[in-house]
Amino acid sequence: MDFPYIVEPRRDTGLYNAKLGIWLFLASEVMLFGALFSAYVLLRVGAEPGMWPHGWLNVYIGTANTIVLITSSITTVMAWVSCKLRQYGRFKFFHALTILLAMTFVCIKSYEYHDKFTHYEITLANGKFADGHLVERSKDFDLAKKTGRVTIHGHEVEHEVELMDMQRPEARHIQREELTIPATDIKKMERYGPWHHTYLAIYFTLTALHAFHVICGALVIGFLWGPGSRMWKTDPERFTNRVEVSGLFWHFVDLIWIFLFPVLYLL
Amino acid sequence: MLFGFFLMLLMRWQISKPGVPIPVFGPLLEKVLGQAAANGALSPDLYNSFGAMHGTIMVFLAVVPLAFVAFSNFVLPLQIGAPDMAFPRLNMASYQAFVIGGVIMLTSFFIPGGAAQAGWTSYSPLATMIPTDGQIFWLAGMVFIITSGLLSAVNFIATVIQLRTPGMTWMRLPFFVWAQFVTSFLILLAFPPLEAAAVMQLMDKVAHTSFFLPTGLAVGGQLANVSGGGSPLLWQHLFWFLGHPEVYVLILPAMGIVCEIIANNTRKPIWGYKSLVYSALAIGFLSFLVWAHHMYLTGMGTKVAVFFQTTTMIISIPSVIILTCFFISLWGSSIRFNTPMLFALAFLPMFGIGGLTGLPLGFNISDVHLHDTYYIIAHFHYVVAPGTIFALFAGIYYWFPKMTGRMMNEFWGRVHFWGSLIFMNVIFMPMFAQGMAGMLRRMADGGANYSAAVNSRAGADVIGGLSNNIMELHTWILWGACVLGLVQIPFIINLFWSIKHGKKVGDNPWDATTLEWQTATPPPHTNFPVAPRVYRGPYEYSVPGHDKDFTPQNEPPK
Repeated sequence: MDFPYIVEPRRDTGLYNAKLGIWLFLASEVMLFGALFSAYVLLRVGAEPGMWPHGWLNVYIGTANTIVLITSSITTVMAWVSCKLRQYGRFKFFHALTILLAMTFVCIKSYEYHDKFTHYEITLANGKFADGHLVERSKDFDLAKKTGRVTIHGHEVEHEVELMDMQRPEARHIQREELTIPATDIKKMERYGPWHHTYLAIYFTLTALHAFHVICGALVIGFLWGPGSRMWKTDPERFTNRVEVSGLFWHFVDLIWIFLFPVLYLL
Repeated sequence: MLFGFFLMLLMRWQISKPGVPIPVFGPLLEKVLGQAAANGALSPDLYNSFGAMHGTIMVFLAVVPLAFVAFSNFVLPLQIGAPDMAFPRLNMASYQAFVIGGVIMLTSFFIPGGAAQAGWTSYSPLATMIPTDGQIFWLAGMVFIITSGLLSAVNFIATVIQLRTPGMTWMRLPFFVWAQFVTSFLILLAFPPLEAAAVMQLMDKVAHTSFFLPTGLAVGGQLANVSGGGSPLLWQHLFWFLGHPEVYVLILPAMGIVCEIIANNTRKPIWGYKSLVYSALAIGFLSFLVWAHHMYLTGMGTKVAVFFQTTTMIISIPSVIILTCFFISLWGSSIRFNTPMLFALAFLPMFGIGGLTGLPLGFNISDVHLHDTYYIIAHFHYVVAPGTIFALFAGIYYWFPKMTGRMMNEFWGRVHFWGSLIFMNVIFMPMFAQGMAGMLRRMADGGANYSAAVNSRAGADVIGGLSNNIMELHTWILWGACVLGLVQIPFIINLFWSIKHGKKVGDNPWDATTLEWQTATPPPHTNFPVAPRVYRGPYEYSVPGHDKDFTPQNEPPK
């Protein structure tokens, strides 16, 4: 007895096994990200008034990354169409583009991470707050021993709440300059890491999980582009199905980003 | 499962005789775990971690894998006439993820600080703030186990939808397949939110985020060094969004197994097959809408509580329909009392007790009193222990001849059955009384200190204190549990002995109708030599005008 519906679709469902499988898997993925999005909603609704940040991320970079991912979705479809049309060369070309675009996305994302990890909020001894990117630390800088000084490129504010909304009109005219602060004036110094604010916590968790999906998807597509493509010679129909299934996953990953971008960057 | 049971025995000793060294195993524990088990007695911390791990192991490492994955893997493809599961490699990956998760969980006993201590529910901020890395192991283990469950669920659903043999229409599926099908959907859709929650708690533990840590959180009288702004309720919502469907993940496969065995041994069609199917589907759907009945005491608001109280009452209806169908099926039949049937029959009243005692917990007024007492311990153990586990025993006795071609010993099966039935009740029945008297569930000394404190102020037997009668029940339960352990010995010996020495039987020893009995024993590679064709429903027993009292699904009509 042969194993049925590996290649050809079953008549009453119209699907081959793997296609049904990936749709089911995507349903569970929806629940996974859905839970994280609802966590976002709950945290945001529960935040103290004025203490939920806006405009902490660079919209231009985010837009660029969105375009990169959408383009990769197009090349994925083109790769699958090429398989359907039995044009192997075009398949190779388009999926090479997909992989390059995926890598571009991850690079841009890591630049954004780096930007956050060099961004400091410093609580000063006089109750004010200094905020900006690290320029340099003096060699003997030690917060515990209160020695040395730190230089950041940023600005100083009276209340922490002023650091939250960076989209308000006045925030556009903030003059940023190099501030040098001795360790004796510093009460607390914290990077914009996930521990800094629940917004950053959910930002890092969601985008890292998404980036993990991008990397996994790129690995699968990379496998189909490289060693996995040997199946083209023996069983092109089944190979095309594999390209379709991996493509479905890729579109899902893309779709998640379409939700992430407005939620984290714009709102 | 034995390991989980053993943890329980140790805990019961500690509850019954706080601080008294455990006989035989005490010194061993002290050697392996060191200070936490000094003098061979459990410290309260160790008690807590045993409690947490008993729950986790039993639910996620024993009952779900056995009831859902193990039985499904063997029986389900056979029953629908499929050559194998739809994705054999995925199956393997699922198993590997499960093993990794299990190993991570069990290793956590041996790290400094010991295993997770915050209960199987791991409520934050408690779970985040207990100074042991056991919680990190627990969370990492859970991520693997959940992943494993997801892969299995995808596999089962795809198998049922795609690989049904010709003629096997939806309404001809054995109820076991339906039950597993609904269970798979529950796992597929309810586990990911817990995975998300586990990732967030892991971030709280490792990256010091504040997903579940509120502003102004104080630990040990000190303001915790966290950014705050998180929501402890969020964890509970996400956990119970899994947690409640999980209850049905535990019970639906059991119902499926019981249904097969009852139909087979009453020798007549199951009563109300369609009602069973629609009830299972209704349970599946509704189980996503009842989760917050675990959270009446969290202060989430009375309106919300009323909503969940209503849905909780509604979900009891399909469960009652299923049980009623089983009872009516027994009516007027000539029942064959063999070991699987005895277990299946015992399932009915035991699950009945478990289910009906759930109603007072579902009403938020009575739940305020009963919440977190031994009453709830008794309630869910009645559902899972004499309920689900009896169904699993029934399933093992029933399908054993299909796996090995030999029967298990009937006499020792009966010893196992009567011993289990009696001592399960000796253990769990007194807990209802203890719970109603107000005994809380997570006290390492079984309430001795608590009771003494109340009684010293107001004299014995006042409200709030625990009378001596109630406290003495601990001893009963302890010895009940010990004997329950002993009566499992004949089962284990029987199981392994029968593989080689059991009575040899043919391919269809129970004269059953479903497809798994219509192929060779043990089933060959690809299960059937040619794909079978199905002509009728699953339970065509005692059809008038036939020479046999059973008509297999694949027998061509005359």
